[in-house]
This record gives sequence, C-alpha cells and structure tokens, in this order.
Amino acid sequence: MKNEQATQLLFELSVPGRTATRWPDSDVPDRPIDDLIPSRYRAESAPSMPELTEADVVRHFVNLSTRNFSVDTHFYPLGSCTMKYNPKRHERLAGLDGLGNLHPYQREEDSQGMLQILFEMQEMLGEIAGLPAVSLQPAAGAQGEFTSLLVAAAYFRDRGEKRTKVIFPSSAHGTNPASAALAGFDCVQLDPSPTGLVDPEQLQSHLDDSTAVFMITNPNTLGLFEKDIDRIAGMVHDAGGLVYIDGANMNAILGITRPGDFGGDMMHYNVHKTFTGPHGAGGPGAGPIAVRSFLADYLPGPVVRKETAEDGTVTYRLADPPHSIGRMRSFFGNVGILLRGYFYLRTLGAQGLRAVSENAVLNANYLREKLKDILPVPQGERCMHEFVASAKKQKDERGVTAMDVAKRLLDYGFHAPTVYFPLVVAEALMIEPTETESKETLDAFSDALHAIATEDPEMLHQAPYTTPVSRPDEVAAGRKPQLTWTPCLND
Amino acid sequence: MDPSQLKYARTHEWVHLDGDVATIGISKFAVEELTDLVYIELPSAGDQVSKGASFGEVESVKAVSDLYSPVAGEVVEANNALADDLAALSDDPYGKGWVVRIRVSNPSDLDDLMDAAAYEEYCNSQG
Amino acid sequence: MSYLFNTPQQTQEMLAAIGVGSIGDLLEQIPESLRLDRELDLPAPKSELELEQHVRSLAGQNVTATRRSCFLGGGAYDHFVPAVVDEIASRGEFYTAYTPYQAEASQGSLQAFFEFQTLICQLTGMDVSNASLYEGGTAVSEAAFMAMRVTNRHDRVVVLGSVHPEFRQILHTYTDHLPCEIVEIRCPDGVADLNLVKEQLDEKTSCLVVQQPNFFGCLEDVQELSDLAHSVGALSVVSVDPISLGMLERPGNLGADIVVAEGQPLGIPLQYGGPYLGILACRNEYVRKIPGRIVSLATDRNGQRCFVLGLQTREQHIRREKATSNICTNQGLLALRATIYMSLLGADGLGQVADLCCRKAHYAAEQLTALDGVELMFAQPFFKEFVLRVGNGAERFVGAAREAGFDIGPLLTRFDTLEDPVRSEGVLVAVTECRSRDEIDALRDAVQNA
Repeated sequence: MKNEQATQLLFELSVPGRTATRWPDSDVPDRPIDDLIPSRYRAESAPSMPELTEADVVRHFVNLSTRNFSVDTHFYPLGSCTMKYNPKRHERLAGLDGLGNLHPYQREEDSQGMLQILFEMQEMLGEIAGLPAVSLQPAAGAQGEFTSLLVAAAYFRDRGEKRTKVIFPSSAHGTNPASAALAGFDCVQLDPSPTGLVDPEQLQSHLDDSTAVFMITNPNTLGLFEKDIDRIAGMVHDAGGLVYIDGANMNAILGITRPGDFGGDMMHYNVHKTFTGPHGAGGPGAGPIAVRSFLADYLPGPVVRKETAEDGTVTYRLADPPHSIGRMRSFFGNVGILLRGYFYLRTLGAQGLRAVSENAVLNANYLREKLKDILPVPQGERCMHEFVASAKKQKDERGVTAMDVAKRLLDYGFHAPTVYFPLVVAEALMIEPTETESKETLDAFSDALHAIATEDPEMLHQAPYTTPVSRPDEVAAGRKPQLTWTPCLND
Repeated sequence: MDPSQLKYARTHEWVHLDGDVATIGISKFAVEELTDLVYIELPSAGDQVSKGASFGEVESVKAVSDLYSPVAGEVVEANNALADDLAALSDDPYGKGWVVRIRVSNPSDLDDLMDAAAYEEYCNSQG
Repeated sequence: MSYLFNTPQQTQEMLAAIGVGSIGDLLEQIPESLRLDRELDLPAPKSELELEQHVRSLAGQNVTATRRSCFLGGGAYDHFVPAVVDEIASRGEFYTAYTPYQAEASQGSLQAFFEFQTLICQLTGMDVSNASLYEGGTAVSEAAFMAMRVTNRHDRVVVLGSVHPEFRQILHTYTDHLPCEIVEIRCPDGVADLNLVKEQLDEKTSCLVVQQPNFFGCLEDVQELSDLAHSVGALSVVSVDPISLGMLERPGNLGADIVVAEGQPLGIPLQYGGPYLGILACRNEYVRKIPGRIVSLATDRNGQRCFVLGLQTREQHIRREKATSNICTNQGLLALRATIYMSLLGADGLGQVADLCCRKAHYAAEQLTALDGVELMFAQPFFKEFVLRVGNGAERFVGAAREAGFDIGPLLTRFDTLEDPVRSEGVLVAVTECRSRDEIDALRDAVQNA
C-alpha cells in the first residue's frame, strides 16, 4: 500500500506550533534588534510557511521518492539523455570535506588539490574532443552552446567580419536555435532530408559570407553518424564559418572518433550524460566546452593553468584568457558535477572509455534489431548509441500512438523512451539503452514492447494503470495553470 | 458570419470586410488541426500590423502557432473574451470565435485572398 | 571498469542477432579516415580503492570551511546544513531520475518542485516561481531578458554598482552582442544614490537591477528604487539572499516585479562554487515570459490531483529560437535540497538563523572596528556581511587572520570593476550562524596588530 497521507502537500501537513529544527541561543551580547537594523527594512510579519516536525519532513520526501522512476530503480532508455548507471563512489568522493566544503573564494594556494583535479579534467576533455582548449565554466549543455557562440562572435568581431547567421538541421535540439537567438544570431534551419542526414547540397545553398556557425549533433539525434561530416565541415570552413558540435551524443564515439578530427571547431560536453554525473531530476549538469587553439584566447574565465617552477614545483593558478568573452556564471563552474566526471574518467581510462561507446552501440543495435518488426526505424541500416523508431504503422493500423506505447511501458516497469522527438520522424520513439544495461534487460524490454503491440488499443489509450497517477489533463492545466499552492486549493 | 462568403489566407485566417474594418478569425479547418488550444495571445487596440506579419499566437499544450494578418492596418479591437473562453474558437470559429478587427489601410490587400471554394480545395490539398 | 554487463558470450550472441561479426563492423558507420587510430592519451584506470586514495590526498590539500574558521562571503556562505537535507537528497530515486517529462513516472520530483515554487513565493512575497535556474548570477541576466520581453524595451538595462561584480560581469557577457546597453550606477556610499539612479532611468529602460542585501552587505531602499523604476515604466528586478528574508521585508511587498536569488544558503554545500541554485519568481501577469521549467497542478484521468510540467510552449524544446530562454537542464536536485531545508526550518527557523547571522555579524563588526586602523567602509545598515576598510593593507590583515586559523574575505582586489578605496583597502567579512563569539573574539585578537 502506498502511504497517501505523507505525500499530501507540505502545506497540508503543516500544523501550527510544530518545529523541526532547534538553533543555538545567541552567544553575543544582546542588543535591541532596532539598533542593528532599522525597522523599516524588516518584515512586519514572518512569511507564511509550513510548520512540520523532522519526522514529517523525512516521511514526506521518502514517500515522494517512491513515486519516481530512476536509473537506480528502472531501465530508463530515454533517447538523447544517456541515462546510464551513476556510480555510488562518485557521491561519496564528491562529498569529501576537502571538496564539498571548499569556498569558491578560497585562495589558490589553499585550493591546489581542487585546481589540480580541474586542470586534469580540462586536459582529459581536450584529449577526448581532439580540441585542446577547454573551459569548464558552462553550467549545462545549453550554456555551453551559448558560450561557444559568443566565442565565435568575438572571434569574428576581432577579424572584422560581420557574420550574422547560425545554421542547424531540423533535427537539432531546441537549445541550438534558442542559444543562437540569445547570442544575437539569425537562425536558419535546414529542411529534413529523407536519409536523416544533413544534405551537403542543401547546406551549401545557405553558406555565404554571413555564415557564422553551423551547429550539428554528431551522431545526430536520429542516432546516425553524419558520414559526410568532414566534407560538410570543409564547406563551412571554405565559407569562412565555424563548425559547432553539439556533444549530447558523445557516448557513441568516445575514443573512436573525435569532434576535432572530423572538422569541429567547438563543442560542448554534457558531463551529466556522457560522464555520468547524475541527472538529479532535471539538473544539475555541467556543459564544459572544448575549442581549437585559435579560439582559446576567447574562452570565458577563469580557466586553470599549470605552472612548473625551475625546481620542478607545480602550482595551479586561475587565469582569464587574454581576449576572454567574460564570465558566463558566478564562481568557477558546476564543480560538483565536474568532479563526478573526473572520477569516472579516472576509473575508466582510455580502454574503459572506448568500451563504453562500443557497448552503447552494441546495445542500441541489438535492441533496434529486436524491435524492427513492430517498431521499424525509418532512417539508416544501423545506428550508433540510440535509434529513433516509428510507431506510425501501429497508429495507422490500430490507432495506437507513440504516447500510448510510452505510457504502457511504465506498467511493465520500464521508463518510456523519448517520444515525438526529433520531429522529423512520425510517431517517434527515441530509444537509448546505454552501455550499462544487460542483454536480459534489453530482452525483457523487447518482450514488453511486443506484448504491447498485441494489446487492446482501447486499453492502451488509458494506460498506465499501475502508476500513482495516469494521463494528467494537460489541456485543462494549460488553460488554467495552477503554479503554487494556496489555501483555497483545499476548499 | 457565413463561411461561404468569407475570404481566406493560405495561413488559414478568414477575413470579413465591413466598410474599412476587417474582422479576422481562424478557419474551422485550422482550429481542428491545432486541437486542444490552451492560450491565445492577442494584440492591443492601436497596434499597427503589416500584411503577412504575425499579430498574435495560439498555443496548444505542446505547440505554438503564429497568427498572420492577411491585411495591413491598425487594430481596432481584439476579442479579449477568448482569453477566458478558448472554447469559442473551436465551437464557433466564424462567430463568437472571431479574433481581431483591423482598420484596413489598403483594401486591395484582400485581392489575393482565396474565396471559400478555392480555400476548400487548398485545404484538401494540404490534408 | 566501465560498468558493463555484456559477457563475451553474450556479446557474440548479440552480434549474431544483429548479423555482424564484430563491434568493429558496427563502427563502420564512421568513415575509416575519421576514426582515431590510436588509444586516447588518458591516465591509467584506477580501482575504487586507488581512486579513493588519490582523491583523498588531493582533497586533503584544500583548506575548507571545516579546517579554517570561515568568514568568507561574497555570494557563497558557510551556513549549517541539517542532516535530513543530505539524507533525502542522496536517495537514488531523486538524484538518478531525469527531467520529469513523463509525469506518471515522476510524481515525486514534480510534487517536490511544486512545493519548491510555493515555498519560494511564500518566502519572497511573489506570485509565481519557476523550478530553478543555474545559479544566482545567470538568474539576474535571465531576469533582465525577461524584463525586456515584458516591457518590449530591448535597449537599456540599469544596474546598481552595488550588485555582485560577477553578476554584473555576466550581464555584460550575455548582452555583449545585442543592441542592449548595460548602464551601471556608481555606489560610492555603499548603497544606491537615488538621485543618480533617477538620472539614468528613462523611457527606454527595461529594468533596474538591485541586490538586497547588496554585494557590500548593505541594505538598499528597495521600495524607493522600485518606485523609481516604475515611474519610467521599467520593471524592478531584485536579487536577494534567501536567508535574509527570515528577517528583512519580502521584496514582493516592496514593489519588486521579478525576484531572483542565489539559493546556495538554503542547504547547499559550498563545493567550490557550484552546483548552486538560481531562483526566479515574478508577479502573475508576467508568467508567460518566465524562463525555465515550471510545474503546474493538474488532474489525472481518474480525477486525482497530480503535477505536470506546465507552460512548456515557452521553452526551447517547443518554441526554439523564440523561447523565453535557452535553458534546458536546470538545478533540480538543488531545488530539492532547498525545499527540504525550507520545510525543516519553516518561517520560525529561518527567522532564528537570520537573527543569529545578523547579531553575530554586528558583534564581529563592532569588535573588529574597535581595532586601530580598522573601520567600516560604509556607514550603512547591513545584515550578515560588511566591508572593512583596512588602512594598513588588506592583504596583511587577511594573512594575519589566516595564520591564526580564520579565513576572511574575499579580498576585494580580485574584482577589477570595483573602485578604490573599496577595491584596494576593502575586505569583505561574512558571519553566519555557524560562527561563535569565541571565534569572533579570537579573530579580533589575531588581527589586532596586523
């Protein structure tokens, strides 16, 4: 039985007079508060917040946690999100006093251990990218994109070139155009091509001396490697533009090929995906970027530099690149997530990292093969680390949509794939199993999808049946959004 | 409003001209395609709109569509009642579901719009 | 060690099912000329035991808030984190879940974020909060962009010079390639000079950005500043320290239109600057211009109350280049920590923490300024943080404190946009509830001859 009482809203659980914390008495000489802060700055009344005991709070949140699917509890083949296992050792290490309780303004001399880790992280990310200059500052992938576009803009400005246009394929993540617009560029979206790959001829027709950056995810969001990438990159370079690699799908190519080797000038990582910083139900992430040497001077500061004295003493220092675009956020970066990425890379090494991608590709192709009879993949013969299947056949024949399939999977104990993205595939189910899943799990997942393919469509339209709630009325919520609790909600 | 007497744009807005004021709405075909609308953003009286430019937006839960003005002119009135009752848009797109009234600067703007028959053919070809 | 399951036997079975001979065959999708013909040059792999030894030794080189008594401030503070916060936030069901797009599989996180939004509104006196942004500095820039959309004024943002220098720097970076001018107003007295502010506000101004308490720890007249912004049709954007709202007036009652905050003080460890928590709340009428995710209450097909991601058409995955922000990944786990923290403390606990910070900070200021050559830089009311003016050299002063086991600062020389004498002679001192009178007295004794 679910505990329905403890998962009432905090505000409904509140009982006036309850407290969960006790704080020490003040140990400094008592002075009237009016002498410290004039009353006109102070609140006349305390904010109206819930009053709970510690046990209330614990039972509430522990019960809430059981209403989630997570990587620790379920197979979570959410395409584009790389929901791989998050090693527990990372949590313990990131919480060590020497890392977790270090103030961001502690001086360099007293942060050498931290700076060494961050420096080594820069070096490793540069090597994996094939792009030597790294900034760890961006807080997430989207901010990495935005940062890189600002780097590109500064580079062109210094060269006296007025380039206003950012081009991307229609299958691009929404963050690509959103970041480009935020950076002040005009957005040009390519039309979808039947192969799912970028059509070089079509791209060529948009390239001119106003082209600043071509943004491309590789492997792309269909899970296909853009086989013409070096030609595409060459075309962009010939037009005087830069190539940006959205690194969301780096889990497919670690140690196999590198963005810098296939023509990328700039890229971001999603440390929370590829290098298994946990997703935290939506964040935090870390979106470090790697760029070619000629862009290094524009990176946001600070970056970590290593200085070796004549006597061999090594010191790590923070420095702003000479033509830095400035600062993208406060303090150094999302260090807690960068640390987890560092622990992961130090655990795996080069061979281990390559094995990650090989097995991610193996698992995805195996699952693709197992599902092709019921959920065919319109584009490509093989896939990299993920594939986008289409439920169009089921929809045409039985009226069962990708959403129905996704919801029903929850009843079988699997998290749903990403649905309806990318838009270029009808009834899209984007499936990314990751390397940290067993053949047994993939087989069971395939069995579930085959079972669903024979189930009564009417029943499927109402699925799921075993989750705490089912099919929220998003239209009603959209018309009258209720975004905070108010006492009258309970009337 | 009688749908057979209206003019239509390729972007699925309908227009009815009365004197120099055009009443503009969204065709039944388009409303049905959009499904489950949750929000409409309308211009304010006095706003200037140009032909072919966006004057507002309709949103469903997971999509946004621009509304394009088939005529240039000044907004006289927007149907603000829609904000509270979007059902009118789907239940009565040619009546209570009108969207905006624009004082037309150039009546010839209507010349290149489709009549009902041409629009129906156009929709069929889109289907 | 790559956390893999496939045994050699299974790998062969899977390859056979796919119809290829080796994993290498699968990788032929990548043109051979683009494939790396060598191993990556990375450090050798480590076992868990070796990794732990390595990381512990590096961690041991860092001087943390537990090793030296921490009076460091400037936007990140050594506040106490109750055990429950760590315990709940370390549940895998929360931290290994993804963004709650699939509502049925994410009711735990969705409800927690709805509670977060409500608590933030209660704390700030605003109507609507989003479900988090990256951190306090980018939250200021997001608020400025939002104000531009609301007012349809894209040319001018006015920001007080008493706002955190890094927050201002971010605002410059974010708008560098846009036609928007960022106008900074000098605050030589430590707080805004209302006349100077008035001179800079005009009909093109989208918003006035204020920080309360400001970077120097001083208190601004938020109501007057909001009124000035409104008088030209601009929005009032106020960045707050959430802990201070246990004592200070809620910005919602002082005319703020958008409230942002760095949420680190709400149960989030220092961890060298991040991940922290960006907070953004606003008045109801601006809700469709808000950046980032937001959770809405809904009803499911059985009539049960539930929670969903709301107003998604604002966001990049739907509206793409017209989105209200490019943000996707946010700071969900940190929003959860803040939610737990606030539910543990309640208004009463927050009031006590704020009261302790305020009293101890004033005691520390009194003790330190009793020393020769040490005075307050600004004669303004402050909350938990203040700037000392140290005539004999700020560096020496901070060094003497460090020798005796106290970290104070940061030294304001690190912020090159600050002006002298604040920059050259200023030392920021922050005092939280964690500091004791004994520590403050010992700090005073340590620096008295510095």
